[in-house]
Amino acid sequence: MRKYKYLFFGLLGVFALMTGCNNQGKSGAKGALGSSVADRVYVPPGEYDDFYAFFSGGYTGNLTVYGLPSGRMFKEIPVFSQFPTNGYGYSEETKPMLNTSFGFVPWDDSHHPDISQTNGELDGRWIFINGNNTPRIARIDLTTFETVEIIEVPNSAGNHSSSFITENTEYVVAGTRFSVPVPQRDMPIKDYKGNFKGAISFISVAPETGLMDIKFQLMMPGFNYDLSHPGRNKSHGWFFFTTYNTEEANTLMEVNSSQNDKDFIAAVNWKKIEEYVNNGGGTMMPAEYAHNVYDEHTHTATSTMKKEVLTVDPTKVPGAVYFLPTPKSPHGCDVDPSGEYIIGNGKLSADLTVHSFTNMIDAIENEKFDGEAYGIPILKFEEVLGGVVTQAGLGPLHTEFDGKGNAYTTFFISSEVVKWKLGTWEVLDRQPSYYSVGHGMIPGGNSQKPFGKYYVSMNKITKDRYLPVGPEMEHSAQLYDISGDKMELLYDFPTHGEPHYAAGIPAEKLIANSRKIYKLSENKHPYAALTANDTKLVRDGKVVHVYMSTIRSHFTPDNIEGIKVGDEVYFHITNQEQDFDVPHGFAMIGATNAELLIAPGQTKTLLWEPKKVGVWPFYCTDFCSALHQEMQGYVRVSPADSDLELSWSLGD
Amino acid sequence: MKKASVFMIIGPLLLLGLYAFPLWNIMLGAPQYPEPMGMNIYINGIKGVEEFDIQNIDGLNHYIGMKTIPKPEEMWEFSVFPIVVGAMVFFGVMIGLLGFMEKVSYRWFFGWFVLMAVLGLLGMYDFNAWMTDYGTDLDPRAIMKLTHPDGTPMTYKPPLLGNEKMLNFDVTSLPSAGGYLMFLGMLLTLVAGYLGYKKSNKK
Repeated sequence: MRKYKYLFFGLLGVFALMTGCNNQGKSGAKGALGSSVADRVYVPPGEYDDFYAFFSGGYTGNLTVYGLPSGRMFKEIPVFSQFPTNGYGYSEETKPMLNTSFGFVPWDDSHHPDISQTNGELDGRWIFINGNNTPRIARIDLTTFETVEIIEVPNSAGNHSSSFITENTEYVVAGTRFSVPVPQRDMPIKDYKGNFKGAISFISVAPETGLMDIKFQLMMPGFNYDLSHPGRNKSHGWFFFTTYNTEEANTLMEVNSSQNDKDFIAAVNWKKIEEYVNNGGGTMMPAEYAHNVYDEHTHTATSTMKKEVLTVDPTKVPGAVYFLPTPKSPHGCDVDPSGEYIIGNGKLSADLTVHSFTNMIDAIENEKFDGEAYGIPILKFEEVLGGVVTQAGLGPLHTEFDGKGNAYTTFFISSEVVKWKLGTWEVLDRQPSYYSVGHGMIPGGNSQKPFGKYYVSMNKITKDRYLPVGPEMEHSAQLYDISGDKMELLYDFPTHGEPHYAAGIPAEKLIANSRKIYKLSENKHPYAALTANDTKLVRDGKVVHVYMSTIRSHFTPDNIEGIKVGDEVYFHITNQEQDFDVPHGFAMIGATNAELLIAPGQTKTLLWEPKKVGVWPFYCTDFCSALHQEMQGYVRVSPADSDLELSWSLGD
Repeated sequence: MKKASVFMIIGPLLLLGLYAFPLWNIMLGAPQYPEPMGMNIYINGIKGVEEFDIQNIDGLNHYIGMKTIPKPEEMWEFSVFPIVVGAMVFFGVMIGLLGFMEKVSYRWFFGWFVLMAVLGLLGMYDFNAWMTDYGTDLDPRAIMKLTHPDGTPMTYKPPLLGNEKMLNFDVTSLPSAGGYLMFLGMLLTLVAGYLGYKKSNKK
């Protein structure tokens, strides 16, 4: 019946086109008339979404996983922030993940997720995201959807033009938003100009393991490096960074760094610098930065402090770095799927500046320079310009691509998404966003092969879009169908924290690889209790190690005596389940940290420092089974001078 | 008789499939187990359909006091069945070869079939007896002791063949690849006997 309905309206649409009295005939044929919008975002119970969408959490420091088109949230992945929900950053195993050269940092501001690529296409192995405040890059494994690695970025501050990857995941790139003295030193702030540096880090990603290592840091002039994107396809080997504050102002920035008519897009030929470095170029400088790696077999992270970093002076590598003048403090720096167009979203402008890669190479070869800045050639604006999208809107921020020759730019001030055509620069459509859209995302929109079915706007202002919840609220996203000529607003959904960007991928690329359990047989945790026979207590002075196991529906052991006030009790809990979605929780009364949520086959450790004499219960926090309420135990805590020996039991 | 004998040789050889494929399969699905767990019953032991199915079935069964699923060394059947099957294959093929050389009559073909059928029925009887014990000999300290509406204790014998609802589980018990190959092999020996019978009547 429904098919006929479509056919009927389809015919109606064709008829309307032929008679020329309905210029929306095509979208009619696509179903705007034939089916309700609700149908197109509705995913029936038990069915799956078409796409995964990973939204950065902004000031949550984390990454959230959503489905499109439903807008349903599936998971919050803790990355840079402590997460009491499962003990991340509280458990002994994961505390090292948040170690930095500043010590333990329990929070960050996560911004720009990017999914790994092979040959310019999403491969779905890992997703990277940057910590903006205490500069770090994290790698999340897309089989476990857990953070497995965090590397700190030295000489950087406000790690904002990050974490974007090259088209074979050779590098994840991290640029500094705030230039700073390098190395850090005590100096007057007003001496910023000419003295501060902007470090751009190229972090290599090992092809098999994904392990990150800072290959080199490019020491750029002291501008603000705002956003970046890799060259792809024909421009593979280059990387582009927008800058603002080329004035190098250090106070009242909103005025003083908005004076230059044009700032720059920095074009970096990283292949050339890589070659220079591989041939022994660059200067090793002392530095201090943490490299934290989580091992999924020991279920434990280790933090290593690195002591030096290789820096490269861009003027020492001729032909490696150029500046492309770009009007009005450009924010987003986006490269189309062909790699030809580099879009500078001049946020204080009404126009969009599009540079042409072909023109850029030509201008370089013919030395069409317009002076230089700190020894870096400035290319002539007119020579590199590919086109201008004129009067497209107010406050352009970011552009995504649908793979069909169209681009979609967010306009913060005029609060809209504008669709325009690459090459002709004509505006094709505009749709309001509610309100003040920051970033937009098309799954794969930042690769050679976008999946141009949906566009998601991430809006900075929520206001009245949902039931009111007081002055503070979540952000809001909007879903547009972009499969037709015109964008259609389908749906609103709240997003957690403040997403600054998202990355989407077709569901089928991840579903099959998603892990269900960790195998106990592969558990190499030094304190694991792989069988009930491995459960025990071991005292070493004031430190007591509890080797405890969980299986539906009991802890082994569940009665513990001989603990004393002042002890440091480490509960090492191994979940012996090997069944999908049977986690067990562990909560201890008076624990000053958090709970543990332990996935099947995993071992996690919670430190408890009993302060009061008594008999204190612990219990499972996850409703694991019909006997979940019975899943509990007691610890007897004796005075500090007690002679009571350790003892433990189950079912005696 | 040559054609009949070829069937008589192939038929028993199909029983060799029992060494590679399960004889029987029992699947357990429930609301919480949209992807059902399952047991594959081989002539030499019971294995999970997925890696941890046996462990997970045992984990659930402990609530109602069922014994754990036996390991191969815990049941004599799993060491005897492979020998019996091997012997039957050997005898079957020998009979077929002798038939081919016209040394034995089609009656031997039927004879093999009848012996195999009797052994098969005994095996089924034994299998059913084990399932009855497994489903009814419950731990008196079981966490959940459920009763029927009439007050008699609930038991959990899986069906020998077909589907049965047991608590929240849908239990389906059916022959599996090895079993089907065995049935096909036995059928072929019947055909062999029939062809041999027709041939000898023509003479």
